[in-house]
Amino acid sequence: MSVASSRSPAQRRQSSTVFSPRSVAIFARIASMAVTLIGLAALTFFIGRLLPLDPILAVLGDNATKEAYDRMYVQMGLDQPLIVQFGNYLWNVLHLDFGNALLSGRPVSEEIARTFPATIELATVAMLIGTCLGVPLGVIAAVYRNRWVDHAARVFSLMTYSAPNFWLGLMGLVLFYSMLGWVGGPGRIDMIYEFDLTPATGFFLIDALMSGNMEVFSNVFSHIVLPASILGLGSMAYISRMTRSFMIEQLEQEYVITARSKGLGKWRVIWVHVFRNIAIQVITVIALSYAFLLEGAVLTETVFAWPGFGRYLTNSLLAGDMNSVVGCTLLIGLIFVTLNLVCDLLYWTLDPRTR
Amino acid sequence: MLENAPIVPASEQGPHTIREARAQQVKIMALKMRRNTSAMIGLILLVLIFSAAIFAPWIATHDYTAQDLGNRLALPSVTHWLGTDELGRDIYSRVLYGGRITLYIACLTVLIAAPVGLAVGVISGYFGGWIDMILMRITDIFLALPSLILALAFVAALGPGIENAVIAISLASWPPIARLARTETMMIRKADYIAAVRLQGATSWHILLHHIVPTCMPSVIVRVTLNITSIILSAAGLGFLGLGAQPPSPEWGAMLSSARQFILSHGHIAAAPGIMILLTSLAFNLVGDGLRDVLNPRQE
Repeated sequence: MSVASSRSPAQRRQSSTVFSPRSVAIFARIASMAVTLIGLAALTFFIGRLLPLDPILAVLGDNATKEAYDRMYVQMGLDQPLIVQFGNYLWNVLHLDFGNALLSGRPVSEEIARTFPATIELATVAMLIGTCLGVPLGVIAAVYRNRWVDHAARVFSLMTYSAPNFWLGLMGLVLFYSMLGWVGGPGRIDMIYEFDLTPATGFFLIDALMSGNMEVFSNVFSHIVLPASILGLGSMAYISRMTRSFMIEQLEQEYVITARSKGLGKWRVIWVHVFRNIAIQVITVIALSYAFLLEGAVLTETVFAWPGFGRYLTNSLLAGDMNSVVGCTLLIGLIFVTLNLVCDLLYWTLDPRTR
Repeated sequence: MLENAPIVPASEQGPHTIREARAQQVKIMALKMRRNTSAMIGLILLVLIFSAAIFAPWIATHDYTAQDLGNRLALPSVTHWLGTDELGRDIYSRVLYGGRITLYIACLTVLIAAPVGLAVGVISGYFGGWIDMILMRITDIFLALPSLILALAFVAALGPGIENAVIAISLASWPPIARLARTETMMIRKADYIAAVRLQGATSWHILLHHIVPTCMPSVIVRVTLNITSIILSAAGLGFLGLGAQPPSPEWGAMLSSARQFILSHGHIAAAPGIMILLTSLAFNLVGDGLRDVLNPRQE
């Protein structure tokens, strides 16, 4: 979606003799993604330079002596020309070395690896909720186009697009946790169960299932269900809107009339014939919405005190911990760009119409 | 009397000057817009929200900074219509003043991001070649991150505060506009009338400013109106995280941020700021959808 392949006519003509245009397109797409990622590294490098804090004093503390300061200046490579500094930075990033976190003193990559499973778990459950509700809603809205279901679905998506998800989270906590007591509160698990769970995968739902202790599992589930539903609302709205428009396009095709006039049932035609034709488009939309879930997770995790990657990013931001911020930003960029690429590749390989 | 009159094709009513023709176009658009119920709801909401922000000093019932620690977290009452917050400040008055900050951020961001995006897109699309390649690679880099994350990264570098939030959100908002303007430009740059203008000796800049930019404007206006929603949500998100407007400020996101620790026992203090964010972004969404139907002839 965001990174388009650029092929000149000359390239296309040349390629027809050696490679198929498709493989050239895929190659060009991957090459442009590499350029984007290097550019992203440059952007984060530049953002790191803008920092109002002195990076040396951040490491040594305010009372550092002049000699210590100068030694650190050389040690950190700040005496080198900018381009050499950027080269070093790129080299380190390629080795997943983002330096040490200011707050804990441990490597940023380690911190990210520690907090990431919590976010992936939350985003995946959110995506499942968004998909399981969004796809049927989109199909129904398309089938009953301009009827009340369709209008209700439109109003619902508009409201969801417009509502700040951190506010929905706060209100959800007030209603479902504080007033009704239906769900667990902030955090991933209640304190009393914390020691019953051995974190093997880092995904608490799976860990709890593996331990076989259903009490722990239901506690973990009661904690994840509200944040995941609120996070999933956005993707549900997006997936249902897109499914609706793909579906409407297909329903106007003649094969639908043919299938119906053969005597096939309405819903059989819709789910078996029509839905098959839009399945790949829907899958790419789901993959794209997953990338946006990571964005939403930053705010949702803050509301629900969810010890994930988004909250780590926010805490680092507030502490002015630039290594962590740059590391997190680059990682999100990598995931975002890769998901975009995967969507395009899925499209090209699975959809026979693009051949 | 025009309300019920059918929309007459331009040829029959016959505008005689360019000015008349334009006036007629605007009139037709206004009529179409008026028939669009949801767009009108959005427009009315916007008028209400803007007037609440502009007339805040006159319609506020209290000083929005005045604390009353004896009357903290009060429920809505006759004196405090929406109750009081954790420092006993009147929530109704704060919400009114908060609108000023949110609308200020939204307008300023649009004023920065829209011209930049338009310029980059139009230049990229018109000149093509290596200029296009370089500009679009840069745009791709900015699009490689979700806009809130990009804004967060810039705020981290610039430091918290409203002005920095505006810069950060602007930096995150121009790329989609640039892409749109580029696509539009590429569609019309090969048109015969552009070739005709060029044959008459017009310079590239003249063509860009007088022919391409005006043609791109409708879609850019629609895109920008719809984008204001995400600008408002980003600004509120930054405020909520403590990276935008800072706490004593009645910005809606910041209000929610300070309300957070009291929310489980006093849910009502978070209701009003959140509903205002929702209504404001909803209004821009509705108006944007309406404008798209009116300004975009290709949809018909």
